[in-house]
Amino acid sequence: MLHIVPTLLRGALVTGEVTGGAIIVASVSASCAVAMRLSGLAALDWPARVYIELFRGTSALIQLFWVFYALPLILPFRPTPMAAAIAVLGLNGGAYGAEILRGAILAVPKGQQDAAIALNFTPIVRMFRIILPQALPLIIPPLANLFIDMLKNSALAGLVQVSDITFQSQILQESTLRNAEVYGLALIIYFIMALILAGFMRFLEGCFKFPIGARV
Amino acid sequence: MTWDWKLVWHILPMILRGMVITIEATVLGMLLALVLGLIWAGLLLLPNRCIFWTMRAVIEFIRDTPLLIQLFFCYYVLPEIGITIPALVTGIAVLGINYSAYTAEVYRAGLQNIPSGQWDASKALNFTPWQTFIRIIVPQALPPIVPAMGNNLIAMFKDTPLLSTITVMEMLNRAMIIGDKTFHYLEPLTIVGVLFLLMSLLASGMIGITQRTLLVRR
Repeated sequence: MLHIVPTLLRGALVTGEVTGGAIIVASVSASCAVAMRLSGLAALDWPARVYIELFRGTSALIQLFWVFYALPLILPFRPTPMAAAIAVLGLNGGAYGAEILRGAILAVPKGQQDAAIALNFTPIVRMFRIILPQALPLIIPPLANLFIDMLKNSALAGLVQVSDITFQSQILQESTLRNAEVYGLALIIYFIMALILAGFMRFLEGCFKFPIGARV
Repeated sequence: MTWDWKLVWHILPMILRGMVITIEATVLGMLLALVLGLIWAGLLLLPNRCIFWTMRAVIEFIRDTPLLIQLFFCYYVLPEIGITIPALVTGIAVLGINYSAYTAEVYRAGLQNIPSGQWDASKALNFTPWQTFIRIIVPQALPPIVPAMGNNLIAMFKDTPLLSTITVMEMLNRAMIIGDKTFHYLEPLTIVGVLFLLMSLLASGMIGITQRTLLVRR
């Protein structure tokens, strides 16, 4: 049974890459979407809304298959499985992240915004020095859940030929037929990865706990 | 490659038949999740520390591992231990058990919002703990958790395409089979995506309405 562990761990590395890449894509797309939604311009608000609804309203697996199988028929090129997986899982996570971020920003008391305007801060300074530092502690716990969801969703990448834990365990299952061991170990590896991610997020939570002006 | 409407009308009935299975899996899976989640939440309330920590560990494990691998595990391992059930039943069972880990959490939050005086009063009135739980606590805890359960329902609905990986003939599986046969992936996959989007929007609209009616009634 022990000889299947190294293969699965190689898969775990790829799972980590997919998840990490997707988290980066998600952070960028969520920030952009929230900036567009809070811009107050309908021309920016609507595209962001459509993006969020589109990715939250359909299933990640369908999005992945669509990009992997249907999109190359329209596009002049075919994205690599890894790129497709990172892009789809990232955009999917970004749509959920955008709602978390927006909720946290809107949860900062309106008076903070007004006071910052009264003090003649520019919109950029207002957002980055006043609003975001107060929103961050609210963001981290739901963000931890989102990142763990994204780690779990990265298992879908194995279905489009990314050689992650899922892919490796499918191959091992077919070659060894030791179903319980292979999939049991895959589950345990995912669980350990999730625990590590959760631990890291708790560490981050501690870092952002006491920003200036936070409500007690 | 252009969009072929003729193909769309040709394959739509087949995909809609898949939708019946998708809805079937969602409804039955959710029912299972609602029942199991309530049982887990009840067990977590028991004063027994051993049961509490075992349950917590199991729930945490289910929540922190991918549904896809859980499906594979059950699909391949159940026949080995002599349980041969149709793939759809395996899928519904795994969906139900997976989501019971989430519904248990929702129930727990709902139950914790009930003032402990309700338990004391029931004890004073000589109700058994079971009677108290079912007749006094649950009816009060239920309304606030409806929206959260609705979100779980939508999430489960969006997870049903995973059942295609264990040969269940739901929408995505049918779309992929059509694609493999005709090399037209664009139309079937887009139809499935649009159908999912419509159903999710419809469901979240309905949850919004339920939430508002419940708030008004209070």
